[in-house]
Amino acid sequence: MSIRRSLYLPRRQVIRGLLGTAAFGISSRLWAGCSSNQSPSASTPDSPGASPAGDKELVMGFIYVGAKDDFGWNQSHAEGKEGVSKLAGVKTVEQANVPETTEVQEAMRSMIEQEGATVLFPTSFGYFDPHIVKMAKDYPNVQFFHCGALWKEGLPNNIGSYFGDVDEAQYVAGRIAAQTSKTGKLGFVAAKPINPVLRNINGFMLGARSVKPEITMRVIFTGDWSLPVKEAEATNSLADQGIDVVGMHVDSPKVVIETAQKRGIFTSGFHTVQSSLAPQLYLTGTAWDWTSVYSNYAEMIKAGKTLMNGGIPHLIRGSLKEKFVKLAPYGAAVADATKKDADDTIAKFSSGDLAVYKGAIESNNGQVKIPSGTAFKITDPSLDKIDWLADGVVGSAT
Amino acid sequence: MLSSSQWRRTAEAICIPIGALIFSLILFGLFCAAAGANPFAVYAAIHKAAFGSWSAFQDTLIRAAPLMLTSLCTALPAQLGLVIIGNEGALVIGGVAAIAAGLAVAGSAPTMVVQSVMAIAGLVAGGVWIGTVGALRHYRAVNETISSLLMNYIAIALLNHLVGGPMRDPSSLNKPSSYPIPEIDKLGMLPFTRVHYGLLYGIIACVIAYFLIQRTTFGFAARTAGGNVKAARIAGLPVGKLTIAICFLAGSCAGLAGMVEVAAVHGRANESLNANYGYAGILVAFIARYNPIAASIVAVLLGGILASGGILQRRLGLPDATVYVFQGLVFLVVLYSESLYGRFAVFKERDSAPMASSAIVE
Repeated sequence: MSIRRSLYLPRRQVIRGLLGTAAFGISSRLWAGCSSNQSPSASTPDSPGASPAGDKELVMGFIYVGAKDDFGWNQSHAEGKEGVSKLAGVKTVEQANVPETTEVQEAMRSMIEQEGATVLFPTSFGYFDPHIVKMAKDYPNVQFFHCGALWKEGLPNNIGSYFGDVDEAQYVAGRIAAQTSKTGKLGFVAAKPINPVLRNINGFMLGARSVKPEITMRVIFTGDWSLPVKEAEATNSLADQGIDVVGMHVDSPKVVIETAQKRGIFTSGFHTVQSSLAPQLYLTGTAWDWTSVYSNYAEMIKAGKTLMNGGIPHLIRGSLKEKFVKLAPYGAAVADATKKDADDTIAKFSSGDLAVYKGAIESNNGQVKIPSGTAFKITDPSLDKIDWLADGVVGSAT
Repeated sequence: MLSSSQWRRTAEAICIPIGALIFSLILFGLFCAAAGANPFAVYAAIHKAAFGSWSAFQDTLIRAAPLMLTSLCTALPAQLGLVIIGNEGALVIGGVAAIAAGLAVAGSAPTMVVQSVMAIAGLVAGGVWIGTVGALRHYRAVNETISSLLMNYIAIALLNHLVGGPMRDPSSLNKPSSYPIPEIDKLGMLPFTRVHYGLLYGIIACVIAYFLIQRTTFGFAARTAGGNVKAARIAGLPVGKLTIAICFLAGSCAGLAGMVEVAAVHGRANESLNANYGYAGILVAFIARYNPIAASIVAVLLGGILASGGILQRRLGLPDATVYVFQGLVFLVVLYSESLYGRFAVFKERDSAPMASSAIVE
């Protein structure tokens, strides 16, 4: 009995112990809280934007919505981040897999407060409203650059937008596809029928038709940005229909390219250079050139220009000529004559002799969308209203 | 004697999960060491990012808020012995209903009314969603786990259809969204913080759920039915009504989480609603062993783990999936630790039989 008693823990002691531990835990949290307490907006790290100091290290923060090795949108930005981090006096921090919720606000806040970032590049489209808009109000000395042409007059002065127009590069890729295709049938796997995707498809189609006016392209919308199973099914279905070149606009083109490789058909990539996925069958692709864009921003900021002092425009757009996009190196299957034609087409775009959207252009349901004699510059904002598919595309934009 | 066994069991229910957490921390440390990071630096970083300062702790609380509500969607039906994992779907449907109701009355009614209408819409829609699962279970004997899981996909498809079609704001070109509710009708922040009211709702819901289950006849009936359906039927308990009522309440908690996401964070409904809060809520409910009060604490803990994901990437150069490895380790270890209940002598009411007899002898 006495042995048992000595092992037996009296209830009171246990409660006392638990209370003591709890009190210690709670109070220690309080000390920690007091010692490093910061009110979020009052003590932002002083911004070199406000006082141009070329000698001070510039900290740039990058945030991606998915994994940074996805062979797609996120990887393209991560490559841009790697590129700009090679510049002297530039330090970069990054965070991947940040969803478009309060989480991205917290990621931005941590980068500013803990890492001292003064320039942020949150790269997913859905980060803008409400997240970036809200943070820009909280941190007026930090510059927020968002990928997408969303900046409007009336939004906080420290927000900037940048975006690349892919139509020209896709036009060239479409020409290459049309010249390489043997069946005269192209295919396209796309996420959603929204403006940037439709422009991507139309650019590809218009390019292809400029070589072979009778060529058609079947487009399949999967419904979301990242649905690997549906993307593979779509690619297989396109291959079954005798299509021999597949383009795509999804977040991670890896699945489409690998499936096409298995089926032995050509692919034209998007977002990044994906030659390594299908060395024999990858024709070319439109790849973002964020390294040049981010380096350009870094140079401007180091020279003392900011969004707030008007040195940096709130909206910067570009295409092939401005080095926002580039074409992936031509694949082994592309004939020499085709390569030369592609280079010539790029040169014509750069010199302004050629326009993708030059009338007459009909939509695939027979309406004249751009009348004869009208041509739009690639950066024209009215192109952001395109909600139709060009003639020759088999599929519906609604 | 009885109270003594009671506290030992409580101590067991507290010590085993904490032990499991510590063990998973050690495992995670080994993982980080293998990935080339100093485990102690990792622990320090996690502490700093999750609880290290008031600002960091607010980050944790912001992440915890929706998890408290969604965890109840699994925790409540578990009292009845039902494993429901339709949290994500109920959250999405609650959010969609809230924005639809909010847009219908916004502009013509004061802020309080708009917010109340949104909350009620979210509660009812989420409740009906999971209530359907309960009804299918009771009347058609459809497995509730599978049906609730599949209903998640229906809910997400419905969301995408509505915000891409009938409810679409034409100005939301690239990210199809509903029209936004006016800024004035949005839910505000708790005083002196940047944490929205969802945290308060979560805590209140957890406390109410606890009292409902532990301190009311309704809760007692539910637990009885969960223990043995046949016995409950023989005792005359309305098992069908209980099932549907509990499922309705569970769904309405997740629906409220959806309303908070819409009303406090996004201001509109779009695909960002579908941010895996529902699935994380299942994890919270499992770790908390379906106890609503414990769920609120576990939600804060998990919020802290998730909050540390950023610093692990930025400071230590670990891959972005590291934090999910940690989350997965915690989940697995806690599940395995279930098998340890009743195995430790310390927690056993060792003395009950001999002492009772000795008491008689004395």
